[in-house]
Amino acid sequence: MKSLGVRAGILSVVLFFAFCLVWQIAVTPSASSGPALDPEYAKLMGITTAGAQSAMPGPVEVAGKLWDALKDPFYDNGPNDKGLGLQLAYSIGRVAIGYGLAVLVAVPLGFLIGMSALAYRALDPFIQVLKPISPLAWMPLALYTIKDSNLSAIFVIFICSVWPMLLNTAFGVGAVRKEWLNVARTLEVGPWRRAFTVILPAAAPTILTGMRISIGIAWLVIVAAEMLVGGTGIGYFVWNEWNNLSIANVIVGILMIGVVGMVLDLILARLQRRVTFPE
Amino acid sequence: MAEQNPKFISIEGISRRYPKREGGVTTIFEDLWLQVARGEFVCIIGHSGCGKTSVLNILSGLEAPTDGAVIVDGQAIEGPSLDRAVIFQGHALLPWKSVMGNVAYAVSSRWRRAGKAEVEERARRFIDLVGLKGSEMKKPAELSGGMRQRVGIARALSIEPKILLMDEPFSALDALTRGTLQDEVRRICTRTGQTVVMITHDVDEAIYLADKIVLMTNGPEAQIAEVVENPLPKDRARDSVHRAADYYPLRNHLVDFLVSRSRTFRDDKPAGYDPRHPPVVRIGTGAPAADIAPAPALAAGAP
Repeated sequence: MKSLGVRAGILSVVLFFAFCLVWQIAVTPSASSGPALDPEYAKLMGITTAGAQSAMPGPVEVAGKLWDALKDPFYDNGPNDKGLGLQLAYSIGRVAIGYGLAVLVAVPLGFLIGMSALAYRALDPFIQVLKPISPLAWMPLALYTIKDSNLSAIFVIFICSVWPMLLNTAFGVGAVRKEWLNVARTLEVGPWRRAFTVILPAAAPTILTGMRISIGIAWLVIVAAEMLVGGTGIGYFVWNEWNNLSIANVIVGILMIGVVGMVLDLILARLQRRVTFPE
Repeated sequence: MAEQNPKFISIEGISRRYPKREGGVTTIFEDLWLQVARGEFVCIIGHSGCGKTSVLNILSGLEAPTDGAVIVDGQAIEGPSLDRAVIFQGHALLPWKSVMGNVAYAVSSRWRRAGKAEVEERARRFIDLVGLKGSEMKKPAELSGGMRQRVGIARALSIEPKILLMDEPFSALDALTRGTLQDEVRRICTRTGQTVVMITHDVDEAIYLADKIVLMTNGPEAQIAEVVENPLPKDRARDSVHRAADYYPLRNHLVDFLVSRSRTFRDDKPAGYDPRHPPVVRIGTGAPAADIAPAPALAAGAP
């Protein structure tokens, strides 16, 4: 009997190949299926092969495209043809700036809100209204005021990642155990030292949870935002490949969005584990 | 030593009131007066809800009394101070810091300019004192309940406070661990002449540790019924304390108080009861055990 991890790994691989097999079968043209097209009409429709090849690529074709993309990820042949790595780098860069700014604003602000019950209550209605707004709804406002599509995308990332961090920081700071604060008080610890040596470490797990939620949302939103603003980025890449009718490349793009999202989440999970303390 | 300053801690008419939700006020306790001499070990004993913890919080400065004041060493208490260390009921260690980190945090709060090596050296000394040598780098979660409370004791002692305040520090521990920790506390406090105020509801703990046992009536509107002087010898030891002649009379007196008099005291005050000078009672001193059971004041009077 092998360990659970090994067995789960084997099952994952089996499932993966089963999925690929079903996929391959589904897209393989069968000779009998489909009405025979008039070759002239087929030509007009862009269907060149006589065997009615589906536009949906099979796993082998996608794997080939993926290999091509990974072989040379950073080439740049002008606006319509950039390497996948380059596009991802644009997206990650935008997320990093927008998300970084959000951290710089949300954590200190959340800290202040969490310290004051008055501020918490006073600001809560605003936060509750602003939080559920789809970040893309800000896009026209951002484009109008900022007048720069790239900065607008960054703004949208900022605005979508700021709320979970703000709320979690405020909540974490407000929920610091009173006895820990009392320890600091009886030791006559000053407000700054108290903030950094008691409140911050005590609230860190909650803050990191907010940061982890935020990075997930930011990565979801950047794809949509880039489809809107265009130019560069993985979202633009996916949309552009759709316009090029290269479904294989769209699938490659989707796959990479998933992989990068997972890596971002893993990084935050790692950080979260580092600041979490057992009680 | 106790005689030189009988008013090292002077609780002067403190009371604690909370506004009730439906209007009016709840008085937890009122008009408490108590003096503690330097080097004395005082236990305050009473039922839950009599405001013992509030009294301790007022002594530590974490809470302010609604009326009255507490004067320590000639100075009124205005908020928490490093002169008064608290050992909390739930140990209150910072779980993200190691044993060393927790004690060093207190030390570096007391001596802000001390270098890292100096702080650690000092912290290590107090960790050794409570018998935790070798566990310096462990986190509180890796320690047993008794060991955690030892860290709490080390942290409190490491700042060399004028007064050590303990809020039922051993109530969450099993009986055996509690016993060992009581031994440790007694050993350390008698050796250093530490002034201690401790809250407890454990009669045996009070008898073993305290020089004076303060009896509080049930809340609300709790009062200090009397102050019982512990007649047992200063050098009492756990294995022989229950064989001392005065042990059972004292214990019976305390248990009687907790069982019935803490409830009835308010309506049945001894003649001449003055909250400013709660009667001081000395049990035993040669009196036959049978006479003492619900002893009224044998030596009532102003301290």
